[in-house]
Amino acid sequence: MSQYVDLSAYENWTCANCGQPLQPGKVDISYMGNSFQVELLRCPNCGLVLIPEELALGKMAEVEKALEDK
Amino acid sequence: MDQKELREQENRCIQEQAPACTAACPVHVDVRAMIAKIAEGDFAAALNLYRKAVPFPGIISHICDQPCQAACLRKDLGGPIEIAALERACLDFGSQGLEPVKALPRKAKKVAVIGAGISGLTVAFDLARKGWGVVVYDASDRIGGGLWKTPPDLLPRDVLVNDLRVFDELNVEFRLNTTVGRKGGNGHSTFLARLCEEYDAVYLSTGPNVSELPDLELDEYGKVAVDPQTFQTSQSGVFAGGDVLRVSVNYPDEELKHSAVLSISDGRRAAVSIDRYLQRVSLTASRANEGPYETRLYTNTSGIEPCPPLVTTDLTTHYSREVAETEAARCIQCECLECVKVCEYLAHYKGYPKKYMREVYNNLSIVMGTRHANQFINTCALCGLCAEVCPTDVDMGVICHNAREQMVEQKRMPPSAHDFALRDMAFSNGEKFALSRNAPGFETSTYVFFPGCQLSASSPGYVEKAYQFLRDVFPDEGVGLMLRCCGAPADWAGRKDLYTASQAEFYTAYEQMGRPKLVLACSSCYQSFKTHAPDIEILSFWELFDQYGPQQLGDRKSHAPVAVHDPCSTRYEARIQDAVRNILKKMGCVIEELPLSREKTECCSYGGLMWLANRPVAEKVVQRRIAESKQDYVTYCAMCRDFFARRGKRTLHLLDLIYGAPGDDAAAAPPVGFSQRHENRARLKAKLLSELWSETMPDQQAFESIRLIIPEPVQQIIEDRLILVEDVQKVIEYAERTGKRMYNTANGHFLAYYKPNTVTYWVEYTPQEGAFLIHKAYSHRMEIGLGG
Repeated sequence: MSQYVDLSAYENWTCANCGQPLQPGKVDISYMGNSFQVELLRCPNCGLVLIPEELALGKMAEVEKALEDK
Repeated sequence: MDQKELREQENRCIQEQAPACTAACPVHVDVRAMIAKIAEGDFAAALNLYRKAVPFPGIISHICDQPCQAACLRKDLGGPIEIAALERACLDFGSQGLEPVKALPRKAKKVAVIGAGISGLTVAFDLARKGWGVVVYDASDRIGGGLWKTPPDLLPRDVLVNDLRVFDELNVEFRLNTTVGRKGGNGHSTFLARLCEEYDAVYLSTGPNVSELPDLELDEYGKVAVDPQTFQTSQSGVFAGGDVLRVSVNYPDEELKHSAVLSISDGRRAAVSIDRYLQRVSLTASRANEGPYETRLYTNTSGIEPCPPLVTTDLTTHYSREVAETEAARCIQCECLECVKVCEYLAHYKGYPKKYMREVYNNLSIVMGTRHANQFINTCALCGLCAEVCPTDVDMGVICHNAREQMVEQKRMPPSAHDFALRDMAFSNGEKFALSRNAPGFETSTYVFFPGCQLSASSPGYVEKAYQFLRDVFPDEGVGLMLRCCGAPADWAGRKDLYTASQAEFYTAYEQMGRPKLVLACSSCYQSFKTHAPDIEILSFWELFDQYGPQQLGDRKSHAPVAVHDPCSTRYEARIQDAVRNILKKMGCVIEELPLSREKTECCSYGGLMWLANRPVAEKVVQRRIAESKQDYVTYCAMCRDFFARRGKRTLHLLDLIYGAPGDDAAAAPPVGFSQRHENRARLKAKLLSELWSETMPDQQAFESIRLIIPEPVQQIIEDRLILVEDVQKVIEYAERTGKRMYNTANGHFLAYYKPNTVTYWVEYTPQEGAFLIHKAYSHRMEIGLGG
């Protein structure tokens, strides 16, 4: 799913809590009993994850709909 | 629903029934499709359709007695379609494209056909193509029988000969100059007895000669007795058809009512029986609607202009291509589609109820794989217009509503389908809005005003005034107030559990008020209580206002007429519809009736939660409705009003005319957004509690004190994404309290997410002087797990 978003556009984001820049990493996202590993930006310290707007409204919404009709 | 119930339901939809012409035709020529092809100029395709039903298209198109014409719906609209002339045009202009006759490989069993007239030749044609061996006997020296007696100017001999050439391509043996009669031979007493010995089946098509068949039983009229369904005679394996069945032993002292097309029909039907007889399967199974019958298809001809044919024809007329195409264009192309014509939703999916019912059934039965009809099922407005216009009362709303309940039971309802509306309902039945009070100073109530959640959300000020009106009208009876949702969204979503829970809460409060009469301002609430709480006496606010309100309500005679939009939930509530019109008349309003109103009114797309399940279709529905008149609309449902206003249609709620400030252009007022609807409900409750009962609202939650600055374009986007201000407040309250947020070093924005329910909301914001400036908000339903 990460291929649907250009993570480099989000390199200015840092974790406000830990003061660290976000870094690419594998994140589990799941819906209706289906789980996917997605490369996303996350805080290497506390694990806070950034899901970009275009991913949420694009591919994620599409996959949600497909899983709901399964 | 099992397969049997499905078929019963499906069969109630008549769209797939044959048009009247085809049903009247003894061999069921697909006249409609054939004519459609001619109108397109494709005569070859038309001829192939014709030949499917008629093995000898040249002959029949010249001598057919055209029972189709008496049934044609054009009959009283310029004259029936000249069908036989069009059939001849198929031959004139499409013969080059005629597909060759195909036959199955030869089988062992063989059939004797006695008589080479048109009926016998039909049986020979059909059975030879099935691969059975066929031997045709005839007393004369050529095949064609009675056809040769037809005057040559009616049936040109080249046409006759040409059609009979089809047997050159088929494996049929002809034994001519052979008389069938009382003499048997080969040790048999009769010829028929001999054939029965030598063949596996026999078809008798001897023409008008009954007395030559001593082996067969006759009926009480002296005619050969056959089973009317199978054409089998008293002897097993011996079938009969054609003119032999149309005369009695008295012939020739009686009239022969010959019909070539009926003889072909007899042959076809007998051939089906013989084929089954040879295969040893049931002769009688699935044989409905053979031969001429009356169709159940309904076709509305009310909008069709009369149009006579260009030229009148007889059986010798031959058209030019152009005249044939023009005549074909007169065909009405009969079909029903009454429901599809009035419903954008049914039209959108490009089918009709019979097809849709099967798709819904399959969707509910599927074990693995994608449920393609989920959205179809959830898009129906459940408004009942289809049933109202359907000649057989098929109601897709009932089918879709049942399907939704089943989907919920099967735990297969897409979670996102109705979630937003169900949470809105939960809000309305929560502490922010739900309220039940007897009138100030009363211990019990004779009436209780139930304005509904959406009127309270759109026009809280009118709710106050309407409540005051009722207390003024019934000062001594005690008019209580109940603010909450009636449960309609749960019902529409198929959520019996939520509906039942909501109703239980309602009943608890209602009983405490002393079971008062329920006064309803919203017609969805009205239907909800009427259907699910038949023990409660319900009254329409509009009827009460008509009866007890001022009888003179200003003078709007100088205003332009208004078009009344009846909410779909008043479809069969003529008294409410009348009351509304009475009130408008008392105001001096000039009323324009929309083309579809009262029992034929259309949904605004809120009904059944269509607007939530399928926005593009909902848009079509609402656009169609608002395009029906240029006048300002007046309605009496808050959602209809808001849905129309959102698309820029000038629309008044009836209460705008009753309680609106003079001089306000209420028809142009913008709709109330989703967040504001919550706010308005909460404020209405707080205001009424304070002013009437001197009570205060429960304490605010922490997130409610978060102050937001939302620029107008952002407001529109979050409204469109169904994100509420309170969702945004919750995200920020959580982020600021826990520190869990991201910071953008380039622009100084914060980004945070929080999942207060089944949805995760994201907000990008900047703190600004004790408030928060919102840059964007979005959401998703997928859940974020731990890092891998």
